[in-house]
Amino acid sequence: MGIRLPNPGEAHINGVIESEEKAYEEAARQFLMAKVPTIFPGPLVLWAWNEKAAKKATAIRHLFNTLKECVQPGQKPMLIPMPDYRPKYPKINPEVEINPNHPNLTIWHNKIDCCMFVGVHCHQANLSLKIIRGGTSCYTIAMCAQAGHEDAMLSFRDASVEKIMKLADTVKRLKGTVQPRLNSKSGASN
Amino acid sequence: MSKERIQISEALYDIMPSDYQDLVKSATYGKEDRGWKDIGSSKELIEQHSLCAGCPESMAFRYILASLPNPEDTVMVGSTGCTSLVFPMVAVHNIHSLFGNQNAIASGLKRALSVRFPGRVKDVVVLAGDGATVDIGLDMTLQAWFRQEKFTTICFDNELYANTGGQESGLMQKGFVAKMAPVGKLFDKVRLPEIARESGCHYVVNCTVSKPSLVEKVIRNAVHVAREIGPTYLQLYTPCILEIGKNSMEGLQEMRDSEKPTERFAYKEYISEPAKQLLAELAAKDKERKAAAKQLAGQAQAN
Repeated sequence: MGIRLPNPGEAHINGVIESEEKAYEEAARQFLMAKVPTIFPGPLVLWAWNEKAAKKATAIRHLFNTLKECVQPGQKPMLIPMPDYRPKYPKINPEVEINPNHPNLTIWHNKIDCCMFVGVHCHQANLSLKIIRGGTSCYTIAMCAQAGHEDAMLSFRDASVEKIMKLADTVKRLKGTVQPRLNSKSGASN
Repeated sequence: MSKERIQISEALYDIMPSDYQDLVKSATYGKEDRGWKDIGSSKELIEQHSLCAGCPESMAFRYILASLPNPEDTVMVGSTGCTSLVFPMVAVHNIHSLFGNQNAIASGLKRALSVRFPGRVKDVVVLAGDGATVDIGLDMTLQAWFRQEKFTTICFDNELYANTGGQESGLMQKGFVAKMAPVGKLFDKVRLPEIARESGCHYVVNCTVSKPSLVEKVIRNAVHVAREIGPTYLQLYTPCILEIGKNSMEGLQEMRDSEKPTERFAYKEYISEPAKQLLAELAAKDKERKAAAKQLAGQAQAN
């Protein structure tokens, strides 16, 4: 039957429709558990198309700063941009960016084991999420501004500044209650 | 029209790769008198490419991008060929069309842009090889001209199908023997510039890309005429050095040899009456603007 996308006010976790509240907790827990929790902001927030985009960018920076404050020594939060979608040949620099046509390179290179996409157009997010899911063991979260992503392991819908801030608050609230996977071999594997 | 519309969100500026920061800081978007002389001193709209070393097409592509009068509001429509390997590295909106369809796509695009952005100048420029323009896409090319679609068609004429191994194309010269055309071309090169003129193009030029200032002039003219009057066509000789058995350093000389007065790429230009009038007006305005700038600079120096 496949995965049904959440209705407004809901989210999905591993394909099961849950309340948004539960999703905030699970997303925050996954971030705090990960060795390299990473946020991938896309063109819709990286570029200041309008005031709303700039505000979302500020909220994303706040979420990242909160993550940095809340993780334990040994964890390494990252903020890696996806500035556009063009296939970059001959190669991209996976240390400084992610590309939807080969997102696995960035995941592998930085050993990312939990990531969140935000501000990426849906079709490109779907492509990236599929490749990541197929080629790595990275936990994927989508903070989608539309109807959510079935290819993410956890997906919010109708992303807004408030929702990003609420996720940051949840991360702060759960600080210290989650044991990070620091002893695991090394983040995401291929 | 300027860089103001291409700004990075302040909160995430520091994580953007330096390429993008440079593009916003020092690209020539919005600069009124941008041209090929900006190459090397401003952030270029094409910095790296995967074409062969010394490829004249890569030079031509650079000159074109440097000469577009309105790059931030230009959409380029490309076709399959060597240029499609470069388009991902170009900081101008572009569409990769199915082979030969480029002028049909550009027609729809230009019309859609006029409806969607009625108060804004939006240029459409087709860039395709001779196979896409003259052989497989000739129908779409001609029909767009017959309909007087307002966009520029640029043909990178390398006189054969280069990236599939050297097959014969309509623009190949008579008698030429290529790797995949061992008998030699039996017919004359299709006279597309003349056909373009007869099909309603208002500005037609046939030349090589050996002189950047000339390329800049014809690109600007073609885009301005297409914007205001009707279709324009440029046929630029960009030899494939691999397929004609030349070395990397010999591309420029090949073009110089081919543009001599008796050769097939001797400079040829056709301008319709309305286009002549428009270009004269633009030239007068440009002269006025330069004189005013000179006067202003003189005053500033005196103060």
